[in-house]
Amino acid sequence: MIYNRIIGRLDIKGPNLVKGIHLEGLRVLGKPDVFAKLYVEEGIDELFYQDVVASLYERNSLLDLIKKTANSISIPLTVGGGIRSLNDIDQILKSGADKIAINTAAIKNPEIIYQAAKVYGSSTIVVTLEVSKLINNIHCVYTDNGREFWDINAIDWAKRVENLGAGEILLTSIDNEGTGKGFDITITQKISESVNIPVIAHGGAKTSIDIIKVLTETQARAVAISSMLHYGYLDKVQLNSSNYEEGNTDFIKKNINYKDYAKTSIIDIKKALLPKILTRI
Amino acid sequence: MTIAIINYGASNLYSVKNCLNRLNLKSIITSDDEIIRQSSAAILPGVGAFGQAMYNIKKLKLDYSIYKFIETGKPFLAICLGMQLLFEKSCEFSQNKGLGLLQGDVKLIGGNKNLKVPHIGWNKINLVNRSTKNSVYLKNYDDDFMYFVHSYYVNPADEKIVLTKTNYQDFIFCSSVEYKNIIAFQFHPEKSGEKGLNIFRNLKKKIS
Repeated sequence: MIYNRIIGRLDIKGPNLVKGIHLEGLRVLGKPDVFAKLYVEEGIDELFYQDVVASLYERNSLLDLIKKTANSISIPLTVGGGIRSLNDIDQILKSGADKIAINTAAIKNPEIIYQAAKVYGSSTIVVTLEVSKLINNIHCVYTDNGREFWDINAIDWAKRVENLGAGEILLTSIDNEGTGKGFDITITQKISESVNIPVIAHGGAKTSIDIIKVLTETQARAVAISSMLHYGYLDKVQLNSSNYEEGNTDFIKKNINYKDYAKTSIIDIKKALLPKILTRI
Repeated sequence: MTIAIINYGASNLYSVKNCLNRLNLKSIITSDDEIIRQSSAAILPGVGAFGQAMYNIKKLKLDYSIYKFIETGKPFLAICLGMQLLFEKSCEFSQNKGLGLLQGDVKLIGGNKNLKVPHIGWNKINLVNRSTKNSVYLKNYDDDFMYFVHSYYVNPADEKIVLTKTNYQDFIFCSSVEYKNIIAFQFHPEKSGEKGLNIFRNLKKKIS
């Protein structure tokens, strides 16, 4: 049997849960730990926190958030964003995260994957690949939430991170992220067939049909979803607009529903995947 | 009543501690022989590499503390890599010797099958010999989802100690064992939601 994983991805900026399009134009949606706890109660399989700013001065607020979250949930939590050293990894794991995700640090110094896997075990180390398709149809990798381009072929890089000891790959399609146009099937298929480690497809999910498509047409057995989840649950989360001081909060203050995404629940998403796709229900 | 979480540098110590805190179970993360031996129960957690773990355990002389603790007959729980360390040897990276408390070895998942490794995610545990097994820890459990993260699995020499098995794309492996006061899980009860927490509640009943 294989039970596919539905992973809730939460982009974090300072104290807030945010969401953008193509990893940019961030909107503040609320308190991450409030959403996280609700998702766990509703049956999400794992959580993934991505610190999208990852500046050093906000480090302690991220660690506090990890502690707070880890104390209230008992399913796996992966944390990524701004991890530069084994010491950073150590701090995040000590705060209660179960896995860490790296991108920029791995590209700048691939050896960090090997070193981290040796100390913490491969299964603790997730490598994030932020990819985008060039004019010649080749996918290359980016860092810093899609801001910095590296002339590295995404498939070659995926194989290399596997050889260095990564336990999982989180594959983000920058082209599709936040757009709701479905996953990038082509690159997900190519990468999930090129490596033997699990691949998590991320970027573009709007409906259960998108999830079925990527889990049946590629070797990925896990998806990370965010817009679909956050907008699906927005009205269930108690909004207290006075708590939102930072960033682009107009969206929340006006209490606009994001029309493109249906109100949904995790159990409804999971049921809609049956009978083709099994998950923990 | 304190539970010792044996610290040999494994990375999921804090997940285990968090979990015990939530159940109001007093615990201490320690590598001190005296503290371990005086505890009401001990947990050998584990995420990491087998060789590195054994190296640390020997360096900290924790092998001696573990042997002595188990001799007392008090509950001893091992999780994931902690479970694998109880066996005689592992083929991870190069051949490594384990604690040898249980007979058998540790092997790579999949054999010659083309499976995604590590096996990461939720999967079911199924009791074997249901009529003869009645573990305090897994009472009323069968066909329940638990969270797995591992590349290796244990292959016990004595089938009788096997409590549950798990099927990963038709590759069936041992997912828990029980022998005298030792209970060991390949999955992570501390990461398996309410069903996982219940295992620690059962431990609580046993020691209080």
